Amino acid sequence: MGFDVNFILGCSAIGAGLAVIAGIGPGVGQGIAAGHAAAAVGRNPGAKSDVTSTMLLGQAVAETTGLYGLLIAIILLFVRPLVGAAQ
Amino acid sequence: MGEGILLSESGGVDFMIHGVCSYELFGQTVWITTTHVCVLIVFLIIIGFCIAANRAVKHATEVPGAFQNVVELIVEMLDKMVSGVMGPQAVRFRNYIGTIFIFILFSNISGLLGLRPPTADYGVTLALGVITFTLIHFNKFKYKKVSGVLKGLCEPWPIWAPINIISDLAVPISLSLRLFANVLSGTAIMALIYALLSKVAIIWPAALHVYFDLFSGAIQTYVFCMLTMTYVTDACDTGE
Repeated sequence: MGFDVNFILGCSAIGAGLAVIAGIGPGVGQGIAAGHAAAAVGRNPGAKSDVTSTMLLGQAVAETTGLYGLLIAIILLFVRPLVGAAQ
Repeated sequence: MGEGILLSESGGVDFMIHGVCSYELFGQTVWITTTHVCVLIVFLIIIGFCIAANRAVKHATEVPGAFQNVVELIVEMLDKMVSGVMGPQAVRFRNYIGTIFIFILFSNISGLLGLRPPTADYGVTLALGVITFTLIHFNKFKYKKVSGVLKGLCEPWPIWAPINIISDLAVPISLSLRLFANVLSGTAIMALIYALLSKVAIIWPAALHVYFDLFSGAIQTYVFCMLTMTYVTDACDTGE
């Protein structure tokens, strides 16, 4: 539709950069989870293995939203749907 | 033209799936890709390990040898993990959970052998997610009957049914995307390092391999199996 390929690729790169900002949220969330897990182990060192496995499970689930952002970035950079759509 | 600004075109950055050969099936062109080859290699490794384990257990000795010890340790660890989460249901599911645990673990750490991990292909992880989805709903209908499933859909009010259906459908997608994106991100970062820093990538990428292949791979395997077990246990729960 009259757009230069380079222009679309540049916009895709900016979009990919914006998409991985999604990583901020899970980073904060995982940090909070790890902090609380450390506090829990400090209060009750006997439950260390249970606390650790629960923390890892919760962190992995919280990580999903960040990974969706990463997927969008990878799709924008390497699958390049917008270039095909514009031509 | 002008596409050189993208990494995939400029350096040797390459972590995509490639076709190895193709054939015609019912008028469709079907490709054998690098994923198939890697899955085959992983299968051969697992089958070799299984045959060795089978022989070790058949000729089991009172005082276990080194290899028998390892096999017993693995089986005990998997059994403990499954029965810790699933309780009375564990007997029925520990074979399946053990199988996917070993398969996903070997797939994830196959990056150490220079393979492209099979779990970095969405086709593999979606298949695993769909198996989990099938297990969940089979057990739901088996234990809660049709009336119980319908009642569950209409919680807390019947008007919420579409939202409940969407959240049911999101389970296999989020499960498979989580595993896929984790392994893919590790593969992508390792490919970037080897391609763009190839001059200085000596020895120290080993530490990154330990993180992305071993640590992250093991964690994601654990998470996938844990979530599968949690969902299936939820589905088997009749509320008594």
